[in-house]
Amino acid sequence: MIHVEKLTKNFGDLCAVDHISFDIPKGQIVGLLGPNGAGKTTTLRMLTGFLRPSSGTIRVKDLSIDEHSLEIRKLLGYLPESAPLYHDMLVYDYLQYVADIREVEKKNRLSRVREMADLCGIREVMHKPVSELSKGYKQRVGLAHAMMKDPEILVFDEPTSGLDPNQIIEIREIIRKIGKEKTVILSTHILSEAEATCDRVVIIHQGKIAADGTMESLKESASGESSIHLALREADFNSVQEALGSLRGITRISPEEGDGGILRVKLSCRAGEDLRPQVYQRIKESQWVLIEFYQETQSLEDIFQKLTLEN
Amino acid sequence: MRQVLPIFKKEFRSYFVSPIAYIVIAIFLIVTGWFFFSTFFLFNQASVRNFFALLPIIFAFVIPAVTMRLVSEELNVGTYELLLTLPVTFREVVLGKFLAATAFVAAMLVPTLAYPVIVAFLGDLDWGPVIGGYLGAILLGASFSAVGLLASSLTRNQIVAFIIGVAICFALVLIDKILVFVPSWLAGILDYLGADSHFENISKGILDSRDILYFLSLTFLGLYATHLIMEEKG
Repeated sequence: MIHVEKLTKNFGDLCAVDHISFDIPKGQIVGLLGPNGAGKTTTLRMLTGFLRPSSGTIRVKDLSIDEHSLEIRKLLGYLPESAPLYHDMLVYDYLQYVADIREVEKKNRLSRVREMADLCGIREVMHKPVSELSKGYKQRVGLAHAMMKDPEILVFDEPTSGLDPNQIIEIREIIRKIGKEKTVILSTHILSEAEATCDRVVIIHQGKIAADGTMESLKESASGESSIHLALREADFNSVQEALGSLRGITRISPEEGDGGILRVKLSCRAGEDLRPQVYQRIKESQWVLIEFYQETQSLEDIFQKLTLEN
Repeated sequence: MRQVLPIFKKEFRSYFVSPIAYIVIAIFLIVTGWFFFSTFFLFNQASVRNFFALLPIIFAFVIPAVTMRLVSEELNVGTYELLLTLPVTFREVVLGKFLAATAFVAAMLVPTLAYPVIVAFLGDLDWGPVIGGYLGAILLGASFSAVGLLASSLTRNQIVAFIIGVAICFALVLIDKILVFVPSWLAGILDYLGADSHFENISKGILDSRDILYFLSLTFLGLYATHLIMEEKG
């Protein structure tokens, strides 16, 4: 559906997007993930035809963006970051205008505007000026704008930024609803959002693709090691090291901060192995008093940090 | 070219939902009305020539105020991104906005039709120059609108856009007043560049293709430069 090859954008000396390539098949929800200033917005702006790439190609359904920008824009619905809207217009007038410019047939226009209002939950603000809307409503009007002509591809730039938790959940639900039939690309720097809504994640860092894959494959590939945390009483570090060090699969035993006679220990384990039964067995055999016992696997946050904190 | 109409409709409507339109029209009518009628009875002539003589200098201030928000506001609020990711071409955007501004100028002129009507009651009015005057006013308004649109596309600050617009329009109006100070070879060129003399010819009722061509080319230049600037921003 979307084919991006060696896409690059320079702003003067700054290379905002640096030779990125990816393919997006039909019907996928893709999350562009990255820290602020990684090049997510620039990438999306090039995809939507707002910025011209410095080099590289973007093809949407075999249409090149250089020659067929207009046709591609007809297939796309775009919600820019922070949903800019015309302040002095009524929501209803604005949606009518979008329907007009998107060439929705005149006789269907009203029903289409109503449909969008229902889908995005903006019925009750239709006759208010945009400037009086709350951030969440503005975002939803922006969504209605993007979906007006029922586009095949939807591009959302940070769709939930600046919203409260309830609004975030609502917007995510709308996106997931749309994503069932359409190709969706969204950018975010919130990991849980990507985890909650996307089929696939592309992590961008300093204009380059740092990782690309499904959530699960990313977690696996990040050479993730898990660790077991213990809090023990009536134990000293040496005896713990002695008792547990011989277990296969434990790579390292390190003490952690403890207090009041409590010894805290972190056991680093090799990836893919669950050592909890064996560890528990050993503890049972000893005289220690077990207070805490939990395993921690590498979270998406760790992967993200690892990938984007280098350099 | 199909998308010119929705853009035009939106821009034209948005003039009238904000108070700016009414303020601009009111100021325009008060200023022209006062300057025109304060000397009208002294001349003791049934003509509206003095009204048209005022127009270039008043337009130089009023029209940049009308056009200043056209692109600047979109750049500032960020709706420019929305607009350009819709399936519209630069040409449609430029034309839609330009036509909306020109239509607004025309709407602003409609109430002034009362002046020639009043004068016609008072004496024997020659309608030829009046028709020429309004035709010239539309041409002048269109070319200043194009200049104002260009100024607006240069900056995201509406006040800066207004000042740039006024500076260019003002220069175009006054340029033929400095002819005595410049060498004769330059005088001919500057004389042609000045908007005032061309407008004066038309408002006398003389339709010369040179004058009409001047306004059309000024309009085209303004629009073309706006188009280039928008393209360059990508």
